Amino acid sequence: MRVGLFVTCLVDMMRPRIGFATLKLLENAGCEVAVPPNQTCCGQPGFNSGDRESGRVMARRFLADFESFDYVVAPSGSCTGMIRSHYGELFPDDTALQHRLNALSQRTFELTDFLVTVLKVERLDSSFQGTITYHDSCSGLRELNVKHQPRQLMEQVTGAQLHEMSKPELCCGFGGTFSIKLGEIATRMADNKCQDALATKADAIVGGDLGCLLNIEGRLRRLGDDTTQVLHVAEVLAGPELGQV
Amino acid sequence: MQLTSFSFKSNVRRKLIDPLLQRNMKRFGGRFVEARAAVMTEVDNLETIRVAAAAIRDRSLANLDSYLLAFEEQALARGSRVHWAETAQDVNRILIEIAQSNGVKKIVKSKSMVSEESGLNDAVEAAGIQAIETDLGEYILQLAHEPPSHIIAPAIHKSLEEVAALFSENHHTPRQTDIPALCREAREQLRPHFLSAEMGISGGNFLIAETGSVVIVTNEGNGRMVTTLPRIHVTITGIEKVLPTLNDFSVIVRLLTRSATGQSITNYVSMLTGPRQEGDLDGPEQSHIILVDSGRSRLLGTEMQKALRCIRCGACMNHCPVYQNIGGHAYGWVYPGPIGAILTPSYVGLKNALDLPQASTLCGACQVVCPVKIPLPELMRVLREKSFEQGLRPWHERLSIRLWRGVANRPHLYALMTQMGVRVLSLLGGKKKLLHHLPGLDGWTDGRDMPAPQGKTFRELYRKRRS
Ligand code: SF4
Repeated sequence: MRVGLFVTCLVDMMRPRIGFATLKLLENAGCEVAVPPNQTCCGQPGFNSGDRESGRVMARRFLADFESFDYVVAPSGSCTGMIRSHYGELFPDDTALQHRLNALSQRTFELTDFLVTVLKVERLDSSFQGTITYHDSCSGLRELNVKHQPRQLMEQVTGAQLHEMSKPELCCGFGGTFSIKLGEIATRMADNKCQDALATKADAIVGGDLGCLLNIEGRLRRLGDDTTQVLHVAEVLAGPELGQV
Repeated sequence: MQLTSFSFKSNVRRKLIDPLLQRNMKRFGGRFVEARAAVMTEVDNLETIRVAAAAIRDRSLANLDSYLLAFEEQALARGSRVHWAETAQDVNRILIEIAQSNGVKKIVKSKSMVSEESGLNDAVEAAGIQAIETDLGEYILQLAHEPPSHIIAPAIHKSLEEVAALFSENHHTPRQTDIPALCREAREQLRPHFLSAEMGISGGNFLIAETGSVVIVTNEGNGRMVTTLPRIHVTITGIEKVLPTLNDFSVIVRLLTRSATGQSITNYVSMLTGPRQEGDLDGPEQSHIILVDSGRSRLLGTEMQKALRCIRCGACMNHCPVYQNIGGHAYGWVYPGPIGAILTPSYVGLKNALDLPQASTLCGACQVVCPVKIPLPELMRVLREKSFEQGLRPWHERLSIRLWRGVANRPHLYALMTQMGVRVLSLLGGKKKLLHHLPGLDGWTDGRDMPAPQGKTFRELYRKRRS
């Protein structure tokens, strides 16, 4: 099975180790993984800011980079949501292109969804020392039904204990460019999320979307919390040894 | 109603640091959310009903002209008089004409959000007629000189203590301490008005085309008094509220009350079909229905038409994490929350409410609960597209979007720029790997640190690892 890894621009720039963790998880599960070198961004920042052209440009690029793969996997519910829910509607006048994009979208998966739904992974050789509280990022949850997948996988991680917060499904306030345009609301929402997460006394706040994690970590650190870890679910699932990163 | 949507950001700033509002919003918190979730378990085919409800609303809107004419015909046949108001000003003019030609000095009102659109109360007062709100929430707000902050619970932003203080000050009575006592006090104040008013004004949740009836769904008895005691009853409602048949209503009402307050059914569901008929024991002598367009027909046939499906249950705002934090007043007009972020720019003009469609993380919590399946995030995105295309967004925002698009579509340039960028930011992050301030990104760094990048991009590291 040939899998194309769509790293996403945020992981590429901010946290390459999440990309390597994803790679390791896919390879350990027996996939032949390739990383198309020309990939960049899914186009969501522009698309959600009202620039449809951003979506179109990046959809064409995505198609060129990934159409040859059996599956495409991204460590992000939000970018996968963009591809799955929106690429198909960007070219209403070009049915052939629409068709190709729809076909590719259906082969595109969020990481934990792919591991559980497609690969049916039931054993991970990984360990984590401590308690975890899991934040359900909005696009993954509501566009892709990612809810049980990360939890099911974390159960296979030796030592990881899940302590649910009271509102894991409440938005953390990231929302892409929203977090800058309406920063004060975003900060308040991040605050609510941090309080809810901290109340569980978990050692780590874990989620499946780096944008949300940066938002949550940014607020935590500004509030003076230097100890609570904020991790991507791929990092937890892949375990601490990530080779050279 | 006074429009302040154009200053959304400063409204928000004030609301976020208003301790009283913050406390009241926290208290109100998830009450409606929990009640809705609990009552929805009674409905074993919720999704099927939602699909049916959306289809009913779509059918009504697709043939709005014929259903409205059918409604008018039936309403006229039952003795009602139907008035068409193209603009908000027309609403006030028509209403005042009816009042003046009948020598009306006093009006009692039950809840009508549409009348807020045109600032009816002020216009009526200016014409020398007294208008008294009788819905408890609206009555409180009339005393406080404030607009509603929620479409079904207009005074949700006020605490018991605030209401008690307001009542004792205005009624010159000792301060009450519990809700039943406050309700009793309001009732005592309002009763003489019900009996002496010559006109009653109500909203209308739905118009039934096949019978010419106006349907009112409410929990307070004032609705019945306003519509039956005074000599003249006037319904003011939007043209989009029409439903073809009573059968259609029976589907929609199952969702409306459950989505709104989490009740299987409200205390009152009234169907008003014309004035008092021969042999009737009560009812008004005259029944008028003002059908308001005021921007609605502009949405027909466009991608925004789906917004007109709205049955005003309020679930989208109850579940909206933005609304939960800033309250309804920040939105600056009649309709707050996600549906307000769509209707306000559509009705008052995009440039007057430019930030509203941006006031969402597009988290989708609203869309999941909307009983008529309005794709609220999608409609906000459509309005964002209009703002972008019409050049209404700030130049630096448009520029950065275009720049990113250009860079992201040129992989080599992207590689070069991101590699340089992450190195610099990583260095600036220092030992703690945190950026406390980033020029141009104050929106972020005013309230949060930015965790610094690791220092090299994934693509760079991956290439090295391969070679
Ligand atoms: S948009 Fe939907 S959820 Fe919001 S008030 Fe209207 S019907 Fe209710």
